[in-house]
Amino acid sequence: MKKNFFILGIVSVIFFFFIVFYLGLDKENTYEPNIVTNKKIESFTAEKLFEDGQVKSDNIFSENKVYLLNIWASWCLPCQKEHDFLMQLKNTHSIEIIGLNYKDKLSNARKFIEELGNPYALSLRDKDGTIAILFGAYGLPETYIIKDKKIIKKYIGPIDNKSIKEIITYIK
Amino acid sequence: MKYIIFLLLFSCLTLIANSQEINNQDLVNKISKNVRCLTCQGQSVYDSQSEFSESIKIIISNKIQEGKSEQDIYDFLVEKYGEWIIFEPKFNKNTFLLWVLPLLLFLVGGFLIFRNFKAVK
Repeated sequence: MKKNFFILGIVSVIFFFFIVFYLGLDKENTYEPNIVTNKKIESFTAEKLFEDGQVKSDNIFSENKVYLLNIWASWCLPCQKEHDFLMQLKNTHSIEIIGLNYKDKLSNARKFIEELGNPYALSLRDKDGTIAILFGAYGLPETYIIKDKKIIKKYIGPIDNKSIKEIITYIK
Repeated sequence: MKYIIFLLLFSCLTLIANSQEINNQDLVNKISKNVRCLTCQGQSVYDSQSEFSESIKIIISNKIQEGKSEQDIYDFLVEKYGEWIIFEPKFNKNTFLLWVLPLLLFLVGGFLIFRNFKAVK
């Protein structure tokens, strides 16, 4: 009786670990950071991309207005892909798009805009990438809808027609 | 004489500033070892040389220079990216099993061994 109880115990333990490992290993183990929205954006000072001088974020984002902040770089291929969509958004809708150029060579960044068009009302530089971290960015491109100095929506990866339709609903 | 005193004072101040810098770098390394790389799964910011990891190292260093504590820096990163970014999870309702279960197993195991040992005696 005691021996049967012992065997049953061993089998149960093995079965338990089998289930734990089976479920655990079957699950895709890629983590993604939380998308934190509805929080006040932090103040920062950034260099301008096309002219000398710096600008403070408090002077860029005003209350009661919707902005689009796009983090991009000339070395990022998906950024080239989404550029047409940003141009389309700029030409058809009245939304102020702020460009934040991430860790780029100044000449390459300027050339990128000169060749593909400038969708940005204001272009900023993030030389060491620390401003992007303030927004919780972890890849390029990333686009944020900012209203009342708060991030209300975040797009990871290039924006497309679907995201444009959604962005328009926030402007209205 | 004045010149010697000035030189001594200058060297002392340089040494203090230098040791402070080394301490700060140690703290940057310690924190970045406990922060998850954003783009490379399973690697720490300390080990990674990805663009975002390099930026996080700069942020950590800047915050230390501003006088922020280790916990302040973790709180800042958790606020931006969620609990996920820290390798060592905090004790809360979602992670309490992770912390308590090994201790519980250790106590139960210890008790069983102790009981068996006593019975054999």
